[in-house]
Amino acid sequence: MKILVTAKRVTDPDMKIKVKPDGTGIVTDGMNYKINPFCEIAVEEALRIREKGTQAEIVVVGIGPKEAATELRTALAMGADRAILVLHDAYYDSTVVAKILKKIVEEEKPDLILTGKQAVDDDSNQASQMLATLLGYPQACFASKIELVDGGKKAKVTREVDGGLETIQVELPAVVSADLRLNEPRYPTVPNILKAKKKPLKEVPVNSLGIDISPKTEFVKMTEPPTRKAGIKVPDVATLIDKLKNESKVI
Amino acid sequence: MAKVLVIAEHSKGQIKKATLSSLTAASKIGAFSIVVAGKDIKGVADAYAKYGAEKVFYVDGDLFKNYIAENYAEAIAQLIKAQNFEYVFGSATAFTKDLIPRIAAKFDAGMASEVLAIEVNGNDVLFARPMWAGNAIAHIKIKSPVKFATIRATEFDHAKEIGASSPVEAFVANVDSSKAKVEYIEFAETKSERPELTEARVVVSGGRGAKGPEGFKLIEDLADILNAAVGASRAAVDSGWVPNDLQVGQTGKIVAPELYIACGISGAIQHLAGMKGSKVIVAINKDEEAPIFQVADYGLVADMFKALPEIISSIKASK
Repeated sequence: MKILVTAKRVTDPDMKIKVKPDGTGIVTDGMNYKINPFCEIAVEEALRIREKGTQAEIVVVGIGPKEAATELRTALAMGADRAILVLHDAYYDSTVVAKILKKIVEEEKPDLILTGKQAVDDDSNQASQMLATLLGYPQACFASKIELVDGGKKAKVTREVDGGLETIQVELPAVVSADLRLNEPRYPTVPNILKAKKKPLKEVPVNSLGIDISPKTEFVKMTEPPTRKAGIKVPDVATLIDKLKNESKVI
Repeated sequence: MAKVLVIAEHSKGQIKKATLSSLTAASKIGAFSIVVAGKDIKGVADAYAKYGAEKVFYVDGDLFKNYIAENYAEAIAQLIKAQNFEYVFGSATAFTKDLIPRIAAKFDAGMASEVLAIEVNGNDVLFARPMWAGNAIAHIKIKSPVKFATIRATEFDHAKEIGASSPVEAFVANVDSSKAKVEYIEFAETKSERPELTEARVVVSGGRGAKGPEGFKLIEDLADILNAAVGASRAAVDSGWVPNDLQVGQTGKIVAPELYIACGISGAIQHLAGMKGSKVIVAINKDEEAPIFQVADYGLVADMFKALPEIISSIKASK
């Protein structure tokens, strides 16, 4: 089978970000970038499906500037076979991501599309579902367990939903988005990082895809979130209880 | 005035409070209607008819007994077209987060996720939404004729019952089930006697510092005497000490209770994103440098294994 996996380049999720004073975006000076943690989980899952004995070619796809090749190389070092980078350096939203991925799917014809449920920069959680609609494929989002059944014709997916875990079975091809508990991604080893440098990475200018890439949303401005006023340290439990009872009156 | 449709959620025949926040958000834009889908769902539609909607539509039948994104999306898309809705909202819960983008793509439409505020200036509508775990707020416009959004329940008050009832109408959707590619298998419910995490007045949360299920026993004991919900940081969930759906944070639940007590939680950016909106925050942590203290109204530098039993007996004694 063929598995298509997404790998978005995002700002390091553990770095504190700052809004630019002019409200045009965030300060990117000195920022590190990483593969979106949810995409990393999706890549890992593709590898595990193969390691469980299903023959699979794993193609990883990213959208972004030339630098986004770094995150695709990370996915290749983890074990993906080849990469496609759609070069697009302008503002885009999830509708554009879905249209680009649809085009790539039409060319690659994967049996399974694995994505991260959301990117930790824009926190939208939309593109996977939108892609499934555009392709007319079933979706199984927020996956915490994926099992191929029926000789690889279907996937049984456990989904993390409010109040518990839901299991559905979808016919392939399908779009499955990864949640946190699906797996714990491996670290690429040094030999594999070296090997990844030689794996094919194809750059595709977005304009060559022949699709409408006009976003359906317009970014107006960015602001800082409201800050909490500084609190106090209390010396002991008795003081804490007193404050909660008599000052904030919440217990 | 623009016509708004709110996709309502329900559970075990009951309405969901999170949906009531979406009704309030919808009322900022214009007159709103509500749609519910399910099997034998008229009772829920009637319950939602008390909140001032123009109309409450219900989509009923075996096809909608369990949530299947494809069927729900198709039915609701037909309703949106039939009634010319311009805005479609739902609360930012797992159900609607899964469903609304699936519908939006049928309209080649833009969408705002986890909306915190809506600013209306004539025909211009600006949606404020969190990015980077809530460390930046983007203000965006949606340019497509139909506009979609999920609403963060903690940021809008619950709509109130108005005394009159909205007309309740069945909507018959034409959904072809013969080509169904999805089979519903089961729902494994996390059973709990405690209040729901996103609706509780008080939340007691534990993190890595709880060290294991025994530590969580203390957290649960405190939660029980405060009639509180139990929450957790990612570390605690990843370690398997508590079920997944108790995770508070950027990619878990967003909570804003009157009182949030963080026990043994360091306060990673991702966790803070899920609880910063709480009215009063208490942090109990051994490490006085822990970032959680930066957002806490009251910080207690202490070992939770010592502090929690003291707190519990002190509250018990005063009751």
